Amino acid sequence: MDISAYWRTRKQRLSLTGEICPHCGAKLFPPRDICPHCGKPARTPYHFSGRGTVYSFSIVYNPPEGFEPFVPYVVALVKLEEGSLITAQLTDVEPECVYIGMPVEMVTRKMREEDEDGLVIYNYKFRPVLQPTSL
Amino acid sequence: MTIMKPLRQVGIVSYGAYIPRYRLPAQEINRIWHGNAGLLPVKAKAVPGPDEDTITMSIEAARNALRRAQVDPSELRAVWIGSESHPYAVKPSSTIVAEAIGATPQTLAGDWEFACKAGTEALQAAIALVGSGMAHYALAIGMDTAQGRPGDALEYTAAAGGAAYIVGPGEESLALLEGSFSFVTNTPDFWRRPYQHYPQHGGRFTGQPAYFRHSREAAQHLMEELGYKPEDFAYVVFHQPNVRFPTRVAKELGFRPEQVQPGLLSPEIGNAYAGSSLVGLSAVLDIAQPGQRILQVSFGSGAGSDAFCWLITERINERQNLAPKTRDYIARRREIDYGLYVRYRGKLLMH
Ligand SMILES: [Zn+2]
Repeated sequence: MDISAYWRTRKQRLSLTGEICPHCGAKLFPPRDICPHCGKPARTPYHFSGRGTVYSFSIVYNPPEGFEPFVPYVVALVKLEEGSLITAQLTDVEPECVYIGMPVEMVTRKMREEDEDGLVIYNYKFRPVLQPTSL
Repeated sequence: MTIMKPLRQVGIVSYGAYIPRYRLPAQEINRIWHGNAGLLPVKAKAVPGPDEDTITMSIEAARNALRRAQVDPSELRAVWIGSESHPYAVKPSSTIVAEAIGATPQTLAGDWEFACKAGTEALQAAIALVGSGMAHYALAIGMDTAQGRPGDALEYTAAAGGAAYIVGPGEESLALLEGSFSFVTNTPDFWRRPYQHYPQHGGRFTGQPAYFRHSREAAQHLMEELGYKPEDFAYVVFHQPNVRFPTRVAKELGFRPEQVQPGLLSPEIGNAYAGSSLVGLSAVLDIAQPGQRILQVSFGSGAGSDAFCWLITERINERQNLAPKTRDYIARRREIDYGLYVRYRGKLLMH
């Protein structure tokens, strides 16, 4: 990955920071600076809660280069509680346990490593919501 | 006076734990390497998933601490991470963690190194930074994804986990620092040279001259100077390289098992290295009540111990439930076999 592209997108990758439209209130992820709902400028950063549900998913057995360590893994469309639909890898879950509607939460994880001497790329992923133990 | 205490009252404003989901039962290592004839030092150890490292684990622990503190991350004046498994040899883990939690750009950031004592070294520095008035809040993390050489005795215990602590002014703290003490000598009990994947250790030498001497001296000095006896503490948390060492040093110092058990996590998760006494402390803070006193003693090879005396305040109860507890992470467990462990930890060399 291009260093400058990774650097520019670091806040959205590491902490799910998108934008909120000051005109119509729409919450945007990924950030795109122009609101797709009302067409006006939207540059105010907005920190998404990271909570959502699995909208749809697919199990990956033949990964793109760099994703071999995680096979088989699940790529899901996650419906965030703020309304946005985003594509992300699921983690800390066996593929057979994933279902549509599953509550998930954002975590920051390694997405891939660029060779032995390259960068480690960190990105948002989603995992099943951590369950409290009853003490 | 040899104990350390800042002029201004400081304490722990908040804390957050992290332990990964996977567990390698000690019996699996015994089966593969020792013909089922080995003595098991723990029941299982926590193993990070293939997409986890000290950075990702520190981010989650720090987010838990921020949730509990309800502090704006931009108010943190330091993000310090103690570990012996920083993912980069050169490039700070702390800048990535600071960015991910929203603490950048007006902050100090740095990685600390002192074997298993790196986390409490960062904590001592955070106490000093806040105590001097240079900062209102500082974040100190101890986190590790430790590796033991396959077949070595350390493979049973070298585990992953840790905790994050937000240090701040006494009036905002859930645990006040009553004093700390550090005890350090040049003792070559455990080391790893550059470019080496696995550490070397001095076998039996890691016991008396290293772990026991430093832990005991640090604990005894701090208690004597503060005028406390073991019965003045509700809980005691030592560094946990296994189950036997912390249990024995606690007993020698006069602590009862019920003071030790709540913070003794090594039977279930192994040795979290720089995170060990810090995640033990977080387990105790999850259940502590106002007025209780906690003695925490870390140990790092090379060698040294930091001892802290914490007094729980009225603020504890309002914050305990604001983030996942240490036991929630311990209960979240999926056992893996040795084969999956080898794959997850990158122990296979493809020729
Ligand atoms: Zn709009």
